[in-house]
Amino acid sequence: MRSIRRTLDRDLIRDIGLVCLADGVVGISFGAIAVSSGFPLWFPMLLSLLVFAGAAQFLFVGVVASGGNPVAAVLAGLLVNARHVPFGFAVGEVLGTSWARRVAGTHLMIDETVAFALAEREGERRRAAYWACGIGLFLCWNLGVVIGGFGGAAISDPAALGLDAAFPAVLLALLLPSLRDPAALRATLIGAAIALATAPFLPAGLPVLLALGGVLAAFGADRRSAGPNESACREETPC
Amino acid sequence: MTLVVATLVLGAGTFAFRFAGPVLRARVKLSERAEKLMVTSAVVLLGALVLTQTFIADQEFAGFARPAGVLVGGVLAWRKAPFIVVVLAAAGTAAGLRLLGVP
Repeated sequence: MRSIRRTLDRDLIRDIGLVCLADGVVGISFGAIAVSSGFPLWFPMLLSLLVFAGAAQFLFVGVVASGGNPVAAVLAGLLVNARHVPFGFAVGEVLGTSWARRVAGTHLMIDETVAFALAEREGERRRAAYWACGIGLFLCWNLGVVIGGFGGAAISDPAALGLDAAFPAVLLALLLPSLRDPAALRATLIGAAIALATAPFLPAGLPVLLALGGVLAAFGADRRSAGPNESACREETPC
Repeated sequence: MTLVVATLVLGAGTFAFRFAGPVLRARVKLSERAEKLMVTSAVVLLGALVLTQTFIADQEFAGFARPAGVLVGGVLAWRKAPFIVVVLAAAGTAAGLRLLGVP
């Protein structure tokens, strides 16, 4: 823990703290919504401890609360969480090599921790950002769910606070440095277009996975256009 | 009881998805190209998440307040505004527009 604090500067700690706070408020709303939908308090708490993935949790509760089959709810949640497979390959090295760290770090893998880690260039800082964000989010999220479950009906609608706009903005801000790479930008634009075009017709989770088609399209084109001189390399981007 | 089992299955499945990367990449040494492909895939997924979360809610257009908030936050982030300004501006724009009756 001490090494994390030494590596993180005050700005990064404040940024992570802000996201943890916002996530905590969403956790409050999750707890409040689950309990007001008729679930016992332990259920959203168990879900948050064991699954720890906001989008899948909201979807799961929504499906069951509207009378859906629990099997369908599990499948929907798994579909939404399938994006964690490539996440694990992208940030797997920051978890460390011991099994305890790998298991704990794996459980803390969510959109925000991955985005914070990818936004850091240097290995030590990347590791510190991942762990600080992961631990902070896990505590705030679960604490928020408990508070919400005990009577946080006041914030059952995070949209009133604009939090639904804050989360995409957070991810976007963290992604901007990575998008300076032309190949990544091209792949992301194509992928996001695929996801947006299919989102009205497909179940939640699937459009985002289809965005991986952008990686294939961009890298396929890259290989074709880049001759022996690697014409894709620009002066300012080291290859 | 069904809920407990369902939660356990969802938790275990999610953990398995997350665990695949760290375990498999420790076994096989990835080439530099594969490594870049993985990081790019994560960026693409997060980027797609940003856009779908911005524009879509329950398979329908999310309304104007949310995209407006994300746009304001995104422009500020691009102009290198501090993170806290980005977050508060995005949330404040969406909340303010809703207060004015914009969906």
